[in-house]
Amino acid sequence: MCTQSVGLLAGVLEQAGVRTVAIALVRDVAERIGIPRALAVPFPFGRPLGGEGPELQRRVIAQALALLAVGGPVVADFTP
Amino acid sequence: MASFAELPLRYRLALGAYPWRRVQRGAVTPLEMPLEKARVALISSAGLYDPARDPPFAAVRGGDSSNRWLATSQPINQLVVGQRSRLFDRGPMLRDRNEAFPLDRLRELVSAGRLGSVAARHPSINGSITAPGRLVRDTAPAIAEVLRQDRVDAALLVPV
Repeated sequence: MCTQSVGLLAGVLEQAGVRTVAIALVRDVAERIGIPRALAVPFPFGRPLGGEGPELQRRVIAQALALLAVGGPVVADFTP
Repeated sequence: MASFAELPLRYRLALGAYPWRRVQRGAVTPLEMPLEKARVALISSAGLYDPARDPPFAAVRGGDSSNRWLATSQPINQLVVGQRSRLFDRGPMLRDRNEAFPLDRLRELVSAGRLGSVAARHPSINGSITAPGRLVRDTAPAIAEVLRQDRVDAALLVPV
């Protein structure tokens, strides 16, 4: 449900001129709802940034923010 | 990758029949500036709120579609995790709110010159919303209006 909620919110923000990128915990849901931009991560529910601490958080965030430079819709995979 | 296979059977059955919504959007164009010049807001779906200032998210049918605003200036580990879903482990985000609301990580990027600035305030939602009509109709446009007033260029959305 969280992926749908942030995806729907992202769509409204994009229409208002605010660019968005979301973490996607379930790639299938992100694609099905047509999320504008997302980084699909290989982590369980409750751990969108991996749950292992700052270094992994940094890697996920860097890859997510890099997607802002491309048009969408796009769902890219996190590269560990 | 999180998977519905992780969930108890009754949730898997419910999600299998759930009518997922389609995002209403126009063209999705690239950010018009380098990240080094962009102002970025964070949007967590962990239902985070400041208990000294804001009411908790409500347990209502279909989910509470309202939002709170989180100030960049407040200590993030004082924020309450208001998400009511019992389907995930809160341990990592309770130990470190950055797992759901990575404000410290964005501050590091600004300090390193890799990000322009962090927004002064951030919308917080409670993501377990099964009836998202009000979220799309009322809450999201109001959030967009504030972000535009705050000259936010981009948002990083973090579901849990």
